[in-house]
Amino acid sequence: MSETIAVSELSTPQQPCPPPDSVTLSATRVGVLTFLCSEAVFFATLLIAYVTYRGATLHGPTPETSLSLPLAILDSVFLLSSSVAIGLAVKAFDRSDVPRFTRWMLVTIVLGSLFLCGTAYEWYQLIVHDGLTISRNLFGTTFFTLIGFHAAHVTIGLGVMSLLLWKRRRGDLAVDSEAPEMVSWYWHLVDTVWIVIVLVVYL
Amino acid sequence: MAIAEPTIESPAPPLVTRLHGWVTTVDHKRIGLMYLMMSLFFLVLGGLEVIWIRMQLWSANNTLVEADTFNQLFTMHGTTMIFFVVMPMIAGFANYLIPLMIGARDVAFPRLNAFGFWMSLFGGMILYLSYFTGEALYGAGSAPDVGWFAYAPLTSPAYSRGSSVDYWILATLVSGVGTLTFAINLIATIVSMRAPGMAIGKLPLFVWMMLVDAWLIVFAFPPFTAAQVMLLMDRHLGAHFFDTQAGGSAILWQHLFWFFGHPEVYIMALPAFGIISEVVPVFSRKVIFGHTTLAMSTTAIGFISMGVWAHHMFTVGLNDGLDAFFSAASFLIAVPTGIKIFNWTATLYGGRLRLHTPMLFALGFLSMFLIGGLTGVMLAAVPVDWQVSDSYFLVAHFHYVLFGGSLFALMAGLYYWYPKATGRMLDETWGKWHFWLQLIGFNLTFAPMHISGLMGMPRRVYTYQAGQGWEIWNQISTVGGFVMGAGFAVMFVNLLWSLQRGRIAGDDPWDAWTLEWATSSPPASYNFETIPIVRSRRPLWDKKHPEDPDWIHE
Ligand code: HEM
Ligand SMILES: [Cu+2]
Repeated sequence: MSETIAVSELSTPQQPCPPPDSVTLSATRVGVLTFLCSEAVFFATLLIAYVTYRGATLHGPTPETSLSLPLAILDSVFLLSSSVAIGLAVKAFDRSDVPRFTRWMLVTIVLGSLFLCGTAYEWYQLIVHDGLTISRNLFGTTFFTLIGFHAAHVTIGLGVMSLLLWKRRRGDLAVDSEAPEMVSWYWHLVDTVWIVIVLVVYL
Repeated sequence: MAIAEPTIESPAPPLVTRLHGWVTTVDHKRIGLMYLMMSLFFLVLGGLEVIWIRMQLWSANNTLVEADTFNQLFTMHGTTMIFFVVMPMIAGFANYLIPLMIGARDVAFPRLNAFGFWMSLFGGMILYLSYFTGEALYGAGSAPDVGWFAYAPLTSPAYSRGSSVDYWILATLVSGVGTLTFAINLIATIVSMRAPGMAIGKLPLFVWMMLVDAWLIVFAFPPFTAAQVMLLMDRHLGAHFFDTQAGGSAILWQHLFWFFGHPEVYIMALPAFGIISEVVPVFSRKVIFGHTTLAMSTTAIGFISMGVWAHHMFTVGLNDGLDAFFSAASFLIAVPTGIKIFNWTATLYGGRLRLHTPMLFALGFLSMFLIGGLTGVMLAAVPVDWQVSDSYFLVAHFHYVLFGGSLFALMAGLYYWYPKATGRMLDETWGKWHFWLQLIGFNLTFAPMHISGLMGMPRRVYTYQAGQGWEIWNQISTVGGFVMGAGFAVMFVNLLWSLQRGRIAGDDPWDAWTLEWATSSPPASYNFETIPIVRSRRPLWDKKHPEDPDWIHE
């Protein structure tokens, strides 16, 4: 048999074993954090494109003529409170309070869906009433790309949350699962991106 | 009669079963090997393309290929070499080695790892499927012909009819997703799965540099993805990101592309630095000089490389202030790179050098990369760049860096770690033939390009007029290309021959010091029977020399 090392061979008995690194993040946490970094960079790029072309639109609807700040604020209320809700859900999950967890997750999903409804209404107005499309002008191009990707992220988030709830019902979600907290991290990022969007696009 | 001993050796399973095992594997070592095989496969394709390029440029007014075909050839060549040769080779080495080097049993997310590999491979397949589209859907089709940087507005629906550009976008997009998952997995593995005692400062330098490399991927690839998405929107949904007629900007593409493209150059270079930092000390029989400065300069390179992208755009006509800033930042990056060269040289100095093939390739890397680095500093000077940008001088520069740098180092790694993965040594005689053919061929190919470039030969021209004095330099280049091709042929023969016939390697053929050599060759699927405990940067040295272990001195 080929030689493999036993612990004792590489460590010297007289020396105590070196202490493990004090901060240990689980691989899942590190992985999700890294992934969220890449997501943030992706959105930053879309935002840069939006800012680059702000004011470059010569014909057709512009942000000033078409965007509704009150609607954006209403949407923000939905999304921001959903971030709070998912936080409470994770807290409940940590205390193994399953009914509470389920309830707050449902609240999160409902708020997220309301946000999507707001976006849908906004797009309906823009497309049907203002005639703004992705090909109409640069505003349409950058706006729909940016908001579209954000809404897609919201949708994916809602899907994952529903999956979590479903797994919980089937009893597939371990009590010490990191999944709820990871989903909440993702959701907070989507929320943060929205705040930046409101500051850059709607104000 | 005694009962027959149960045989431990079961007969080899049928081929289909074995192939099925490979296709469904989530073992980091097998995935690593698949990345390497993919890379070698595309190396053949990229090499064949460049042989056509070189034959076309053999003489003035040559008509071997048409202008259109030539455009496709250099586009496919560049795209292939970068995305489907160098990147998968890096991913292959990292996947195979890093869990072994940090004393882990696998990567953090084995299934994600397999996903990343298959995305990369599918990307490559998409790229080459474009060749089969012929007179495709919209009438034009066939391989992309817009260069590996796909500058706007050449890629707009107006100038690139048909679907060839879409193949290019999808190929790089899909493989980019694969690369991103690879990087995320790598970071999670290195951060949270190190063996007890392996503090971050005790990481082998290859692992350290791959960690920085993975972070560069995380920050550089998403902007590229976003740019590709925008381009797809332009092409299929009538958006105007890069449509100058509607107020869009061709320069935005260049910014986004090079914000990815420049760090990408370092994403290909850092792993090479890592390999050299493992090979040089082992074959010099010395501790690496300046472990900490090597690690710190890597971090510095990581940061600076994010801030120099516009040195690819000096000829676009940015304003003088921007040019000056990006020029200065580019000079700056020579400092940490110079520190590295100094450290490697200092490690060589006074060492007992063993000139085995891995070491030869490492020395080849050092000298070729130095030349590429020097011409890089020249190009960072704006007035020089204005003169020679988009000439063959530039082609010479980036090949000295990418090929003389990256690929030579990856070859060093191939010869160094092949015994670990296969249990057999690569043949030294053939290895040396490979090395000399490649070194001589490389210099014959690319050194003359400096001259033809300075004489004004633009890159990406499919032919040229006689009487400008370019012919002789092109002919030398072409001869060099064939010499290099011969070198690679020797390499392939060696790889295959040694798999069956190579000398049995044993666990630690080079008398090395890092953990991957502590387990068997090839390692069992679980890597280590017991997880090793680490006390110094050279855990295997400690084991071999209990009377003078490293941790006393560190
Ligand atoms: C790791 C290996 C290599 C890499 C990463 C690489 C990368 C590249 C890249 C990025 C380009 C730019 C394409 C463009 O301008 O659109 C290029 C062009 C070129 N390469 Fe390579 N290459 C490699 C190997 C080779 C070899 C082996 C040869 C010759 C035998 C070669 C000869 C050329 C030539 C002649 C061009 C110029 C095409 C043109 O712009 O007109 N390359 N390569
Ligand atoms: Cu650069």
